Amino acid sequence: MEIWDLHAHLSGVPGDTPEARLGHLLEYADRMGVGRLCVFMGMEWSYDPTPEKLREDNDQVLRAIRAYPERAFGFVYLNPRHTQASLDELNRCVRDGPMVGVKLWVAERCHSASLDPLVERARELGALIFQHTWIKITGNLPGESTPMDLVALAKRHPTANFVCGHSGGDWEMGLRAIRAHPNVHADLGGGDPAAGLTEMAVRELGVDRVLYGSDIGGRSFASQLAKVHGAELSAASKRAILGENLRRLLSPILNAKGVKT
Amino acid sequence: MNRRDFLAGTMTTALAASAMTPQARGRAAPKAGGPLVDVNVTLGQWPTRRLPLDSAERLARKLREHGVQQAWAGTFDGLLHKDLGTANARLAETCRRVGGGLFKARGSVDPTRPDWEDEVRRCVDVHRMRGIRLHPNYHGYRLDHPAMGALLKVAAAARLIVEIAVVMEDERMMHPLMRVEPVDTAPLPDLIRAVPGSRVVLLNALRTVRAKPLLELMATGSVWVEVSMIEGLGGIRAILDQVPRDRLLFGSHAPLFYFESAWLKLVESSLADRELESIRWKAVQALD
Repeated sequence: MEIWDLHAHLSGVPGDTPEARLGHLLEYADRMGVGRLCVFMGMEWSYDPTPEKLREDNDQVLRAIRAYPERAFGFVYLNPRHTQASLDELNRCVRDGPMVGVKLWVAERCHSASLDPLVERARELGALIFQHTWIKITGNLPGESTPMDLVALAKRHPTANFVCGHSGGDWEMGLRAIRAHPNVHADLGGGDPAAGLTEMAVRELGVDRVLYGSDIGGRSFASQLAKVHGAELSAASKRAILGENLRRLLSPILNAKGVKT
Repeated sequence: MNRRDFLAGTMTTALAASAMTPQARGRAAPKAGGPLVDVNVTLGQWPTRRLPLDSAERLARKLREHGVQQAWAGTFDGLLHKDLGTANARLAETCRRVGGGLFKARGSVDPTRPDWEDEVRRCVDVHRMRGIRLHPNYHGYRLDHPAMGALLKVAAAARLIVEIAVVMEDERMMHPLMRVEPVDTAPLPDLIRAVPGSRVVLLNALRTVRAKPLLELMATGSVWVEVSMIEGLGGIRAILDQVPRDRLLFGSHAPLFYFESAWLKLVESSLADRELESIRWKAVQALD
């Protein structure tokens, strides 16, 4: 079984170039038994990136994954506040390039209608759509989405595949929010390795909708892999979460690009 | 193959095995590396959620599977219960009954409550504890409270290790009726210098206590920290730039955290043999 990590970043990682940073990540991935990384966003982040910054971030990811085509996949970073620039990036990086997914962060809450053209184009291209979400008792950022926002979007696009980033952070609430929506999957990455998260995700969503991701460099492979390795689940369920589910979701677009899965 | 490679290889095998059968997982669990002492586990039930390993028996089984030979155990009852004497007695009884000597009880003490000194006396004289655990944020006091100095003196006189839990969970996802700030450790260096013989272990500290405040604590020579909340790529390796090897202990924060998180950090960071040994057991041996 090969572990596929849904959620990796170039920020917070040593190295002066995207290639060096991904190389560094892969050294640790090798040590931890992780085979493939999905990489998104650039070396320095912006909450509300300009079209120029989007292109710069995506260029960095393209450089990184082209250096390690057997080990890494790219997701294109978009900003719904810049519709045409985002559509252009989708076409450049996914239709005409090697990327296989979309990353949406905190520029705008994702229940907004401004997401619709981006989601529709991503669906046409077969790209997996990863939306950061969090429910913070301390208060969300102005453009930060909740799982409930994502559900509103997913209901408008029932044939697109979405990932609920961080399972909503407050996962006991986030998993409840998405459970009735089969086109929304749970990303385990990015929060503390709080025991019970993975068991609840499987119990509420079914194992097929649960995906391992690390949120590395902000987190460690160790703390995030522990959410699966340490869970009270069958070996078959762990294999599904660690790689098989993501492989199934990405296979159509990867195969269309000639990548063997 | 040196010993480090062997350890990493063994643990990585165990990683892969965790998606296999329980029998295979058991065979792959690390047997090498000497003893493993976990200074940060808690027994009982977390107030807002049932945890997969919140029975002492199941937690003991998990710890034993991973080679833990000793686990310093507080009680979740120590967070919110007013009658800490009874909570500590229950903890001590569980530690005697379960785990075959695995658990070493750490009673909860709140130095702002009436007659707290008798709580400490019971921990030492009745329950034979070697350490106590403080939850200043859940008990509603800061470390510059006058009672803290008195407590450190009593603890030093009794040769008790004082554990301070800096946080228990991510502030962003706390229950709305159970929100607390991380403990501010700024007053601690001066307090410790004023009480020779103090030995303080900070639990769950290394997410919020970093850089200069951490260096100031280390400069006292009387503070230890543990790995449970270290994050980032190869986090233990990075923290060893700030924390002397003999001040860094193994702590899992189980069962609130998956035990494997701390355990796998030993694999993720490329550690020399002497560093691994120190974190696993040697540093705590010198402390205890």
